[in-house]
Amino acid sequence: MDIHAALSRRHLLATGAAAVAASALAPPARAQAVDADGHARKLMGPFTAKEGRVHLKIKDVAESGTNEPVGVSVDSPMTPADYVKAIHVLAEGNPYPVVASWYLTPRSGRAEVNFRMRLAKTQMVRAYAVLSDGSVWMTRQEVKVTIGGCGG
Amino acid sequence: MANSDRVKVRIPAKAKKGEIIEIKTQLSHDMETGQRKDAAGKPIPRRIVNRFTCTWNGEPVVSADWHQAVSSNPFSSFFAVATASGKIKLSWWDETGEVFEYTHDIVVE
Repeated sequence: MDIHAALSRRHLLATGAAAVAASALAPPARAQAVDADGHARKLMGPFTAKEGRVHLKIKDVAESGTNEPVGVSVDSPMTPADYVKAIHVLAEGNPYPVVASWYLTPRSGRAEVNFRMRLAKTQMVRAYAVLSDGSVWMTRQEVKVTIGGCGG
Repeated sequence: MANSDRVKVRIPAKAKKGEIIEIKTQLSHDMETGQRKDAAGKPIPRRIVNRFTCTWNGEPVVSADWHQAVSSNPFSSFFAVATASGKIKLSWWDETGEVFEYTHDIVVE
């Protein structure tokens, strides 16, 4: 009985703490997402993004937020009739959410770019791809940023 | 314009016609965000490269708009279809108006 009581107590404490942490984190994260949505619309106009076709290559846990390799590739041919026009990378939790906008052409041959970015803190990173037919595809990934090993 | 000594590249010297080649390049630049302060507590003025382009014999291959979250000493890698022998030109525009350029000669056979 003691063991069960202790376990359920620990479980309750753990879930309770998690709930408190989640409720404390949720509002700013949501505000950041709305801010990033606004920036995305400024870049691409009114759009509806479908999830998929875009692949974001970035570590789940960034060692330092100053120089994190990031790669974006898109499942698309690169022919004059059908190609990726633009790739936008946004970081929701950065002071300015837009990181970089890459503009490709059929001369690019392959729908892929790689570069390095700064991440202010643990946050969601988004990648959008605008295709030549006007459709918009996206993906997102959370990246934990550990500064000085203390967690983000 | 002479090649900037701030630019490092890795681009093949030769390619087959139609081959997709990778262009890797890095520019030495602080990409100062304007968010940092110096030892005296004064903000360090912002200075970043906000535009990058790559052309092949004058035709655009890729271009990019960069913001303050692009890392210092910006590294880029992307692809290009080898069409004809000639010049691959890389250009970086600094917000202050300074331009860094690099031209690579490539033979396509």
